[in-house]
Amino acid sequence: MEQTHYLIAGASHAALAAMHAIRLVDADGSLTVIGRDRELPYSPTLLPYVVSGRTDPQRAFLRDHEYFTRARAAYRCGHALVRIDPANRVAELDDGSRLRFDKLLLATGARPVIPPIPGLDAVPYHVLRTLEDALRLRAQLPQTRRAIVLGAGLVGMHAAENLSKGGARVTIVEQQQQVLPGYFDAQAARIIARAFERADVTIRTGARALAIEAAAGGVTLRLADGSAVSGDLLLISAGVTPVIDFLADTPIQCDRGVVVDATMQTSVERIWAAGDVAQAASFYGAHPVLNGILPNAVEQGRIAGMAMAGDRALEGFRGAVPLNTYSYYGQHAVSVGSGAAPPGAEVVESSDAESARYLKIILDEGRLHGIFAINTPIDPGVMWQMVRRRLDLSAVRDRFLAQPRTMGRLLMSSLLR
Amino acid sequence: MPAYNTIAFHADRCDGCGKCMIACAQAKSASDSPRRARLEVLADDAGRFELTMCRQCADPECVQSCPAAALAKNAATGVIEWDHDKCIDCLLCTVGCSFAGIALDEAAGHVVKCDQCGGDPACVRACKPGALEYLTMARIYDEAGSLEDLFVQGLSACQGCNTELIMRHTLRRVGPDTVVAAPPGCVPGMGAVGYNGLTGTKVPVFHPLLTNTAPMLAGLKRVYKRKGRQVTALALAGDGGAADVGFQSLSGAAERGEEILFLVIDNEGYMNTGMQRSSCTPYGAWTTTTPVGRESHGKSQDAKNLPLLMVGHRCAYVATASTAFMADFYLKLDRALQASKTGFAYLHVYSPCTTGWRFPSKKNIEVARKAVESNFVLLWEYTPAAGLRLTRSVDDPVPLSEYLVALGKYRHLTPEQVAHLEQHIAENVAAIKRHALAEAAAPPASTRPGISSAGALQGPPASQA
Ligand SMILES: Cc1cc2nc3c(=O)[nH]c(=O)nc-3n(C[C@H](O)[C@H](O)[C@H](O)COP(=O)(O)OP(=O)(O)OC[C@H]3O[C@@H](n4cnc5c(N)ncnc54)[C@H](O)[C@@H]3O)c2cc1C
Repeated sequence: MEQTHYLIAGASHAALAAMHAIRLVDADGSLTVIGRDRELPYSPTLLPYVVSGRTDPQRAFLRDHEYFTRARAAYRCGHALVRIDPANRVAELDDGSRLRFDKLLLATGARPVIPPIPGLDAVPYHVLRTLEDALRLRAQLPQTRRAIVLGAGLVGMHAAENLSKGGARVTIVEQQQQVLPGYFDAQAARIIARAFERADVTIRTGARALAIEAAAGGVTLRLADGSAVSGDLLLISAGVTPVIDFLADTPIQCDRGVVVDATMQTSVERIWAAGDVAQAASFYGAHPVLNGILPNAVEQGRIAGMAMAGDRALEGFRGAVPLNTYSYYGQHAVSVGSGAAPPGAEVVESSDAESARYLKIILDEGRLHGIFAINTPIDPGVMWQMVRRRLDLSAVRDRFLAQPRTMGRLLMSSLLR
Repeated sequence: MPAYNTIAFHADRCDGCGKCMIACAQAKSASDSPRRARLEVLADDAGRFELTMCRQCADPECVQSCPAAALAKNAATGVIEWDHDKCIDCLLCTVGCSFAGIALDEAAGHVVKCDQCGGDPACVRACKPGALEYLTMARIYDEAGSLEDLFVQGLSACQGCNTELIMRHTLRRVGPDTVVAAPPGCVPGMGAVGYNGLTGTKVPVFHPLLTNTAPMLAGLKRVYKRKGRQVTALALAGDGGAADVGFQSLSGAAERGEEILFLVIDNEGYMNTGMQRSSCTPYGAWTTTTPVGRESHGKSQDAKNLPLLMVGHRCAYVATASTAFMADFYLKLDRALQASKTGFAYLHVYSPCTTGWRFPSKKNIEVARKAVESNFVLLWEYTPAAGLRLTRSVDDPVPLSEYLVALGKYRHLTPEQVAHLEQHIAENVAAIKRHALAEAAAPPASTRPGISSAGALQGPPASQA
């Protein structure tokens, strides 16, 4: 049976960050990366731009073959992991081949959630997670006049904008009372929604889908309030869920995702998980969380890689922090940290509807808990560091609240000189 | 992995004028607004300055955070390059960076970052106080580091010897087609000319008298030249031999324009033979022939300014250097080497002596640095075409005491003696500045023959005898 010291399942951000970290300390240990897609590694985040045509996917791969050759790593694309036998450390792929590994990283990411809406299984619909999905959607675009986007999370909002720019009349249907729930509060969400409405995108919040029916040349979505939305293209963007089906019948502990410790190790030794597939400690609470964002995948991937290679510089995961940078119609929104203000926290908020500027800062015991900005320049990476280092800002509170960007830069420049 | 050039920030020299930001905005965004700059100088409440700028990380987080492969570290230059065509404006790179080195330029509508202006940063050029500095040390590691050390291993220099450092760096850069003259002093003393019929170098080396180093070398060079061979004639002489008993022949060779590279390693005395004074020993210094006691309080005369005397010879190239400023040293070595192909090149390198000056061996480079920072040693270069130019600012020196306190040979100095030294330094600075000022009044160097706009010496075509 084929052997590999490091086996990485998945070939996206978490996987590549892990591979990079491994190769920094172990230049020789045999390493195999398997990816389900047939292409070179690419990022799901890019896909809305593939749909709109702005990005040529052939030019946007994260790595080329030469990278793997130089790193002396095998890249096996077009193969999915279907089963693992943790006791014997054997992985089985969808072509029936088997690989023995010493250390395994699960970085298989997430897949779209398909909500149990009656009738959905009988109509054609799109999702957006793989390059194949994106190309399929792109091919559909010229024929599309009215598109329905179900779910106003990041994926849905990105897709809606790009479908609209591609010429379709778009309606976003969101069950909750605002767009981008979890990243922005209601007021910020309204500012963002306005930019969409100005571009003739219809947003239906607080709208629960009851049923879906095939209609002439498309579908009709029946909502709980009795109204209906019709379109010739339906995109389901109702959230994602970790890809863990191949873990059935293993002792690897799963909750919503693969449960991991501070070094990204699963409940089974020699098996790690990172990125969208993993459920790791939260920065804010005791319960482990999914944190399906790119920076999280990079950070967790690096930690897992360091742990797998025995890198002594490893520092444990400090907990997932929600982070989001969101550009839409030339405007920019940033959220760093938690928007749920703990009791006693100081919340400072300012907004200006005219210029679509918005800024909210939450300080908890003098430390940055969360910061949310629209069209107001802040440095998200600096803010992230301030949150995770629990920097005490009491001494500079006034200046920080007045000039978060300047103060953040000053503090980080002096700390990391 | 190669080393890379970098832009350094010396906060203590920054006066917050903001010209760097304006220069950057002009160069990169065709704007005069500092908000459009790719670097930001900030003042804290205590008036101290901090710099925010891309650090061109070795293991860049921004690159890993980019979903569009729009960022990549250039392996040759070390600069993290951003590709506008590929960028999707997702701003995820700004999440990855902890230093705000890549940030949204609102007016441009996309992220921007420093690209070091392709090796000639506009911010550095605009920074008059020298707070921003473009460090090109990487060249030494990448180019010189791969060259062969042409001295053998195991030379018997004192622990922490600066001279060994100078001569090894010099010869590896000057290269194998070289003949070395090493007159009596520490260089042969540590075994460079060899023992028992074996040489200490991997190139031809000989041991002239203190008095005839320059003419012997000049003669050899002429012979090689007549035979049609391109050979560098290199002298590795001490200050004693060059400034005292060998001065007459040195002066003659310089005046005749012999095509040799004469490198003087100045450790301020005859250290090899037991630390006697030379004419380069500074005022007040203890040596075994200027002892400290009831009658004598160290040397009672000032040091001779040998490099300035060489300027009086209008040599093809004259410069002073220090191992605490290696990039500067290498640049001058290159220029001296080039000049020696057609004329007399003179390089004066200061070499603190742990044994003779009485300080701990691990402090050698620190002593060398303090000597320069306190203006005890001045760094400059001269060509007949461009005149004399300071290569390091002499304004805002550190107090002389910071240098003197490190050295045993000055431990006995009285306040009057320190005042004398200070006066002597002030005169030195004034004299050099006079030379440099005369230069500034002349047309800019770039319009004069022999000097390119970057200040590099253009080698005139090698003349064949
Ligand atoms: C449209 C869209 C927009 C987004 N926008 C943003 C954004 O603006 N900001 C942000 O932070 N995040 C965004 N995200 C989320 C971000 O892309 C993910 O968080 C990130 O890609 C997670 O990386 P990962 O490596 O954990 O998993 P993934 O990127 O999902 O990669 C999973 C990898 O595993 C492979 N794989 C899956 N199953 C198997 C199997 N059985 N066997 C072998 N290999 C397998 C896949 O081929 C793939 O290579 C967006 C996502 C989408 C879809």
